Parts: sequence; C-alpha cells; structure tokens
Amino acid sequence: MKLMKALLTATAMTFAVAGAAQAKTLVYCSEGSPEGFDPAPWTAGTSFDASSRTIYNRLIEFAPGSTETVPGLAESWETSDDGMEITFHLRQGVKFHTTPYFTPTRDFNADDVIFSFMRQLDKSSPWYEYAPGIAWEYFDSTGMATAIKEIVRVDDHTVKFVLTRADATILATFPMDFASIVSKEYADQLDAAGTRERFNTHPVGTGAFTFVDYQQDAVIRYQAFADYWDGKQPIDDLIFAITVDPGVRQQKLVAGECDIIPYPNPADIEGMKANPDLTVMQQEGFNIGYLAYNTRQAPFDKPEVRRALNKAINKQAIIDAVFQGTGQAAVAPLPPTSWGYNDQLVDDPYDPAAARAELEAAGVSGLKMKVWAMPVQRPYNPNARRMAELIQADFAAVGVEVEIVSMEWGEYLAQSSALDRDGAVLLGWTGDNADPDNFLAVLLGCDGVGSNNRAQWCHQPYEDLIQKAKTTFDQEERKKLYDEAQVIFKQEAPWATIAHSIVTMPMRNSVQNFKQDPLGIHRFVGVDKSE
Amino acid sequence: MLRFALSRLLLVVPTFVGITLIAFLFIRILPGDPVLLMAGERGVSPERHAELMAQFGFDKPMWRQYVDYIGQLLQGNFGHSFSTKRPVLEEFMARFPATLELALCAIVLATVLGVAAGILAAVKRGSWIDQATMGTALVGYSMPIFWWALLLIILFSTSLGWTPVSGRIALTHYFPSVTGFMLVDSLLSGRPGAFASAVHHLVLPTIVLATIPLAVIARQTRSAMLEVLGEVYMMTARSKGLSPSRVIGLHALRNALIPVVTTIGLQVSVLMGGAILTETIFSWPGIGKWMIDSISRRDYQVVQGGLLLIAAMVMLVNLTVDLLYGLVNPRVRHV
Repeated sequence: MKLMKALLTATAMTFAVAGAAQAKTLVYCSEGSPEGFDPAPWTAGTSFDASSRTIYNRLIEFAPGSTETVPGLAESWETSDDGMEITFHLRQGVKFHTTPYFTPTRDFNADDVIFSFMRQLDKSSPWYEYAPGIAWEYFDSTGMATAIKEIVRVDDHTVKFVLTRADATILATFPMDFASIVSKEYADQLDAAGTRERFNTHPVGTGAFTFVDYQQDAVIRYQAFADYWDGKQPIDDLIFAITVDPGVRQQKLVAGECDIIPYPNPADIEGMKANPDLTVMQQEGFNIGYLAYNTRQAPFDKPEVRRALNKAINKQAIIDAVFQGTGQAAVAPLPPTSWGYNDQLVDDPYDPAAARAELEAAGVSGLKMKVWAMPVQRPYNPNARRMAELIQADFAAVGVEVEIVSMEWGEYLAQSSALDRDGAVLLGWTGDNADPDNFLAVLLGCDGVGSNNRAQWCHQPYEDLIQKAKTTFDQEERKKLYDEAQVIFKQEAPWATIAHSIVTMPMRNSVQNFKQDPLGIHRFVGVDKSE
Repeated sequence: MLRFALSRLLLVVPTFVGITLIAFLFIRILPGDPVLLMAGERGVSPERHAELMAQFGFDKPMWRQYVDYIGQLLQGNFGHSFSTKRPVLEEFMARFPATLELALCAIVLATVLGVAAGILAAVKRGSWIDQATMGTALVGYSMPIFWWALLLIILFSTSLGWTPVSGRIALTHYFPSVTGFMLVDSLLSGRPGAFASAVHHLVLPTIVLATIPLAVIARQTRSAMLEVLGEVYMMTARSKGLSPSRVIGLHALRNALIPVVTTIGLQVSVLMGGAILTETIFSWPGIGKWMIDSISRRDYQVVQGGLLLIAAMVMLVNLTVDLLYGLVNPRVRHV
C-alpha cells in the first residue's frame, strides 16, 4: 500500500515537475487542515478553501469578490412561472481533471449534475453513506433535501430540478460548496474498484486547480489545470502550507515563506500595515455577532425593555476592546455586504440615561439577569467572555445586575436554544450564501424557535414578510420585503446587534488580483504573482 | 533475566485493559454532545440528531458501547474519525512518524547535553560552573514552551534568518514519503539539499522540545553523580591511581545512570505533552496537535484510539527502560 502510494506520488510529482522550469508558485499559509476533499459533507471554511474552491465548480458561482451570482458550469438557467422547476443549460466542452488515478473519457454532462445531488438525496444510493459517519449537513440544513422532488435529465446538457415547493431561496444555494459538481465517471470507477473512500482523499473536479498531493496536516499541493474551461490560471503551482498558529503565520509572511495568510492576530495588523513589503486587505465579514434576549421570559417579553437595554450597550467600547479595531458596529441583523441590507436603519443610540429612564417607565427596577458567554472564539466574536464583562458593566450602569454564565460549547449551543433559557445569550452567525433569508429567516423566523432562533421570537408581521419573500422571485421586490422586515426587527429588538467582524487578509506585495470574498472563502482563481 | 522480562511483559496486559477503560470513559465524561459540536451554530434537527447518534452507536448503553469497542479493537479496528471519516489507525500512522522523529531527536539532544551538563556540574560542585549549569536548567524547566518557541522563531528565523519558521522541510522539496521520517525520506529521495533542509527544519523544534527534559536529566544526573562520587568505592578507585576520566566515566557514571535511565524513560511521556505545543507552533504534522483537536471536537474514536496507541508506545518505552534497568542493575532482576 505504501509502495503504491509512493508510486502514485512519484507519478504526480512528474506531472508537477514537468514544465516546472519557470513555474510560478503561490504559497497560502492556511489556518488548518481540511476535513477531506469531497466538497459536500463538510461545513468548515478550511475544507472549502482546500476542496470546493480550488478543485471544483458549481452550476452557479459567486463573482470574485462579490455576492452577485454568475454562470458557472451552467451557462444559463430559468425558473418556471410557478417557481416549481429550475432548468439549467450546461456549459459544453468542460473537462474533468486528468490525474495519476483517473483519466476521463468524456466531458462534463448532465449525468454529473444528477449524481452530484442525488448522492446526497437518495438514501438508497451506495454513495449516500460511502464512508462511516458521512453526513450531508448543508444539503439538509439549507432545505435542499426537502426541496428537490426529482432531477430530470432532459438531454446531455440540460438538467431540470423539479421542486416540492416554490422557493426563491433555493437558487441561492446552488453557488454553495456542497453543490459542487463531481465526476460520475470517477465515482463509477471507484465503485468498480471497491475504493469509494478515495473519493474524499483523491479528488477529481473541473476546477482551476488539479489536486496533486496532501501531506497530512502539513502541505497541500495543486497544479493549475491547463484545460480549465475558463482558461489556465496565471500561477502554475498552488501550495497550502498548513500553519495553525496565527503568530507563526505572520512570521512566515514577513520572512517570505508565505505569500498570503488568513486570520492574523488583531494585535499584529497595524504592524503589518506598516511593513512596506506587505499589502493588507480588509473587508466586512459576512457575519453578525449579537446578544439575543429570551423574548418568552419576563421582562424581556416587552420590546420597550429590550430597546432600553440596547441603549445601555457601548458598542464602540466592545469593538475597541474585543475586536481591537477589527469590527464594525452592527445595526441590522444582516451584514452590510448583503444585497438585502437596509442601509436606512437607525441604530439604537448609546444613551445610558435614556436606558435607565425607559426601564423605569417600563416598570423594571432591580433587574437581575444572566448573560451567556461563548467559551470559544468565533469569527463574529473573538472574545465572548470579555464582551460579556463589558455588557455587565454597561448594564450595571443602568441598574441591571448581570451574572455571566458559560459552559462547554456543545452544551452552550444545545441549552441556549431551549425555550425556557434563563438570560440573554451571546452568539452569532456567518452567512452560508448570499441570500438574506439565510440570516433573517434562519435566525429570526418562527420555524427557528427552539433551534437557531435564540431569541425564541415569533412575530407574525415579520414572519409574514419573510415568508412572502421566500416565494417572490423578483429581487427588487424581495429587497423591499426584507427592508420592511428589518424595520420591524429594530422596533421589536429581539436582539442587541453587536458587531460584524472585519476580515483581514495580509499578503506580500507580489500577490496580484486577489479579491476578498464577502462570504469569507479564500479563492485563488485569477490570482497572479509578480516576480 | 528472562523471568524478569516475562514478568514485566505480563504486567502489560492488565495495564492495557485499564487504559482501554480510561480512554473510553475519559472522553465520555467530558460534557458536550459530539453531534451538536459537529453541527456548530447551524444546529441539527432532532430527527437528524437521533439518526447520527444511532449511526455512531451513541444511542446504545455505555457498557454495550464499551463491549463493541473492545470487539472492534480485537479485530484491529480503531474506528473512524467523526470529522474526517477516515480510519483512526490510518490517521495515526500518517502522523506518528513526525512526532516520533521529533521526539527521538529531542530525547537524544536532551540526554547527551543533559548527562554532560549533570556530570560537569557534579564534578565542579559548588563552583560557578555548577551554579550556572543548574541555574540554566531551572530556567529551562520553568519556561513556557509556547513562549520559548515564539521567542526562538522571532530571533533566529525572522530577525536573523538563520532558521526556517516552521514546517518539516522547505516547500521546494517534494518527494514521496516512504517511511514518514523526513530525515530518512530526504536521504532516500536523493534530491540535493533535501536532507540539509530537513535537518535545518528540525533545529528549532528539537531545541524547544528538548528544553524541559534536558533540564530534568541534567539535574537528575548531577544528583545521582554526587551520590555516587561520595561512595567509598570511588575513593578506592581514585586511590588506585585511575585517571579522572576513568573514575568518572567508568565507575561513577555507570552507577549514576541507573536512576537517570528511569528519568529518561519518564521524560518520553512528558515529551508527548510538550509535543502538542511544539507541533502547533512549528506546524509539525504530528499526533499531539491531532489529539488536542480531537478532544475539542469530541471525536470519540480518535481520542480513544489515539490514547491507546500513545499509551502502547509509552508502555513499550517504559518496558524497554525496565529491561535496561535490569541489565544495568543486576540486583533488580532477582527481586
């Protein structure tokens, strides 16, 4: 087995080394190891960076640096008038990767699309559980599993998705990573050889880069796919050097061992900005950190109490202390980079005197409450404990006594969604796709009560708007509905919206054309490097 | 000697059974639902939660899960990782050579320098050499590994550019992994500069990982040497006119090594703890970091399997130490 692996690697090396005389190499020091290279079972951005965004394509893609959608492996698509069918017209002449372990005999076609989705949908498929414990988390949680009735092969290059319900949000899931298109021919080959598990360790896609080798927890190597349908990439070799510690990543960047790094320490950012060899890009993260009140628990069942408490929170102090400048005060429950963001919303002013007065007017005095602080660091909240302490001090200034509670992360997630949860909980969300529904419905809709809706808030006027938006296919109309919904949100204040993080990507000046992705994906398609 | 060896070997069996129980229970005592942790903020529906719990076998009674686990182990099956879905044994074997290579280099460095420092301090007892050596050992023992590693990187890698920041070998060297030991594989590859690069990348992590064991071995050696040097037979050896090197190297050191060998064996276990931090800082793809991440993720199979495999390694080392001890100290064999 080891000998076979060595032979395969040696052959892969031949591919890698061939023509390497003038090879342009980009080194990305990634923050962690991918869970695997099959794009569909995983949910971590680290895995998506290493698999779906390098090796695969999707029918619909996000434009680089944007949440706007553009054609991918589908040149065009249309939705039926009743919203129950989506027909994709597939791009022709798209090649799958040729690797030491697979040589395609045909181009991409409808069979690959059908296989890519049915393996996640059809429980009777041998691929549904092709590895022990494999699960299709995003396919399930985005509602795709219940939305697809059947997928019809109209012809070699036309596929029709027949849905169980008219749902405008389903189209927004097609650019997501789990919807990456895989090779049915390769799957059949592995099936015949009895080695299905290699689907996850030896990937084959249509993407800009071909997988070459993975040294566990150390290095992932890719090579630019010469026959990529959108043209060969400017860089020849892409290397992910896995560097877990952010301080060490920064040192490697400065030393020139990395060309580009993610997630630097906030404290190191100013120093990197001052370094003449580095360029530091920044953008609002597609996330939201919030404090959710339990709207079923008195006195937080009164909107006036919630609004009053919101006025007691000094968000700027939190951004300075917790985010160390890498955060932006949140007004809406959506990040500003979302097309559904209502930029007319007015935030609760920081006004402790008004907060105290409004609490008294609401009949609240001597209030004791709990604030739950996450035990882990998340993109939307780098230090929940510290944030809770600041909120504790802010609330004390208006006569509210806060007890900070915390627990193990899994327990925190489970217990914070309980209907009778005692206290307000710090949590957050990073968008899965560009659709506002992914925030506004998932986190604040009635269906989410008892799970993702930590405020346990079910408000009919709001619910009516987001449900109507789900079945409205015109984006401008949907925007109006979401704008109204956000106004209601501010009035009812089930949350105190705290902050969106600012995502920082430092890189060497030689890196060209890198675009920060609003969804936090690190993509290297189109990236170049000057000598 | 054979009886002694057999008696030590027999002890391994109940020890191993005890470890399977500890490994099994340890991760289950920790709060946290592994399915909920996998799902993260997204959560999972109650139906899907029940489905996954059944898939992983968590819906069975604890005793049944343990029995199933032992049954699997007896067939050489350490289970599959929840997060990567790959066999635990495969994941362990992919990472173990990296940890072993680093640990071996560290223990060799710690032993050579530690014994030498301990001898020097004992022979020069009370002098400034003794004070300086033991003072340095104390500092080494007290330093946080994380801080020490970052300090060395900033000084030698970033400021002076003498050593690489992290990794096992320069990225420009790419060759098949045959043994998993970079020093060996780089030599086998025949690529110019590969072996030198592998050695270069080992320098800082080895120094960091060796620091604490070195300090402990130095102090233990000094202490053991001082005890031996005060013995009557040492006076006899000196009065016979033997050279100082023969007195110290042959008569004193051989007897002083007995407790030092035991200390070295115990330090191997300590190295595993240090390896976690060292591997994190130097992006060393070993089992230490893998285990820590698995505990955070409540990856039961990896934690159980990893603990067992590490315990097996530590038991092997300590068995070797016990046997060596029996070789060095004949009195032990006849107890």
